[in-house]
Amino acid sequence: MNGRRTFLRGFLSVLLSGGAIGGILKIVPSKADAREAPPKGQKWYGFGVSVDKCIGCARCMDACKNENNVPREPFFFRTWVERYITRKNGTTVVKTIEPNLEPSPEIASDKSILRSFFVPKLCNQCASPPCVQVCPVGATFQTKDGVVLVNEKTCIGCRYCIQACPYGARYLHPVSRTADKCTFCYHRISQGLLPACVEVCPTQARIFGDLNAAASPMSRFLRMNKIHVLKPGLNTEPKVYYANLDGEVR
Amino acid sequence: MNPEFIRTLQDLLPQIQGFIYPNEIEIHWGLLIVVYPYITGVVAGAFILASLVKVFNVREVQPLYRLSLLTALAYLLVAPMALVAHLGHPERFYEILLTPQTSSAMAMFGFVYAWYLMAVLLLEIWFVHRTDMIAWAEQEKGVMRFIHRTLALYSRDTGDRSVTFDHKALKVITIVGIPSAFLLHGYVGFIFGSIKANPWWSSVLIPIVFLFSAIVSGIALVILLYMVLTPLTGGKISMRCVDKAVDFLFYAVIVDFSLELVDFIHRVYQSEEEIKILSEMVMNKLFGSLVIIQVLLGMLVPLLLISLTKIFRKRFGLNEDLRKMVYFIAVILIQMGIFATRWNVVIGGQMFSKSFRGLTTYKMEFAGIEGLLFAIVLLALPIVILAVLTKILPPWKEMHGEGVSEGAEAAKA
Repeated sequence: MNGRRTFLRGFLSVLLSGGAIGGILKIVPSKADAREAPPKGQKWYGFGVSVDKCIGCARCMDACKNENNVPREPFFFRTWVERYITRKNGTTVVKTIEPNLEPSPEIASDKSILRSFFVPKLCNQCASPPCVQVCPVGATFQTKDGVVLVNEKTCIGCRYCIQACPYGARYLHPVSRTADKCTFCYHRISQGLLPACVEVCPTQARIFGDLNAAASPMSRFLRMNKIHVLKPGLNTEPKVYYANLDGEVR
Repeated sequence: MNPEFIRTLQDLLPQIQGFIYPNEIEIHWGLLIVVYPYITGVVAGAFILASLVKVFNVREVQPLYRLSLLTALAYLLVAPMALVAHLGHPERFYEILLTPQTSSAMAMFGFVYAWYLMAVLLLEIWFVHRTDMIAWAEQEKGVMRFIHRTLALYSRDTGDRSVTFDHKALKVITIVGIPSAFLLHGYVGFIFGSIKANPWWSSVLIPIVFLFSAIVSGIALVILLYMVLTPLTGGKISMRCVDKAVDFLFYAVIVDFSLELVDFIHRVYQSEEEIKILSEMVMNKLFGSLVIIQVLLGMLVPLLLISLTKIFRKRFGLNEDLRKMVYFIAVILIQMGIFATRWNVVIGGQMFSKSFRGLTTYKMEFAGIEGLLFAIVLLALPIVILAVLTKILPPWKEMHGEGVSEGAEAAKA
């Protein structure tokens, strides 16, 4: 009698504690929601940037704003281009390209300049997206083909995702009052078209494609270049890959 | 689109130092999110003070017991208002309760909050006041009688067994309540501490620092309320009680200060890639609120003041008014310091660019839902709620040290 009672009590407590631990594990799935390896045979989109090819013409920024109804004001960007000028004394000055930016100094004549280049930026569509992890209502989610999207019908505008993004890729849309960011032009790519910024880039500094397809321009880009991603230490596993990225870029 | 909002952002443009990502110009979590951890901190701290009486049997601070419970409730009721008001879509706030994402620290707020309100605070307050409410209802007429009857859930039993049960229940609730209070504010710290993208927030120490600063602010506020309200309601301030509470406050401030010091030393010693921009931010943008208000006025000066009363015990021991004045100044300074702490965490964490190359500025609005005026309303609202609560559940007798269970005895007779 007593033995059975003790046994039942022990059994129950083991069950409960197991449930508790399992519950906690469920609550802390820092990686559980993220896709580890893309399943074969399915599309898994990625993006390539050839830093050396970018001429800073800002056509991509313009195309993106037109295509995606991004407000014209210079505070909201789904993609933007940064200009880096590193001088011989070691200082680096960074600016976001804009239509009325003062012209780049003549590198040839300005002897104090060590090197200068442009870096296009956009949402990194991380494989382990911190924005998706923190969204309290699941309005930000990752599609099966690896694109992180925002459902503007359920987003409550708490801006936790904006805080969690290490790349400054998100902003609060001033009209919809919900989080907004680059979607790789999901409405275009799901129809077989290229993202608007890739389409208009005159130097093919931007490359888009399926990482799973052996013959896509994206796979070729990854084969032919030395590749780096932004802030790899944060383990977000970005899917925007940079060729010839300078160490100054964060 | 709101053209005024765009103009505000345009005004910020010339104030940017260095380079920031173009989307970073707007500080997304403003004054309301400063108010939110400040308020939940007071809740957790006030509850910890109350549990000193019930769990740790610190009899001296008994006069603060009910006052701190009511203070915790008044502040807890206001806490979600700041959160909901700052949302882009306040009308969708219920989504966070109906379709929460379990991996989100913020989504857990609804549950932690509900647990704390229903399972801890309301229950404890109910059991504390049950026999009193029955006794009050006996002597009253009209609306108040109805209110007390209803609040007592029409229970009339004031027999020994039921009173013993009340005491037992209280003990259990308080024991459950302490970890819950820790959870409430520790988790608020975790909301910030778990953001790996932001090195100013991302620290394992943040939940613990939040916790101790919460205890500091809660105890300081209840002492302040006690010292103001007791004379106003015709009682005499019990210096034995205040001395003891200030003792606990003193230790809590020391722990809080040490934790923040450890955090500071750790950051400076490790000196990772963000250290340059963070030190630039502290020296340029946060010098007043962090170095002067939070550390100097909010911690070191109060610590010095309270130490003086301890070192020169003879001098201060004889002169109660002098001691009162010193305590009064200390708790107000501490309150200010803790508010500055919240400011520095929340606003400071958004002033530097995640490119670690530049700083932006926070421009506070005056009117508007995220403005100063609304924040002041939110900070004043708990006091108004507390005034109403003390009308319904007057803590005065206990505060004046006139025995606790008088109500129960009156009912028995």
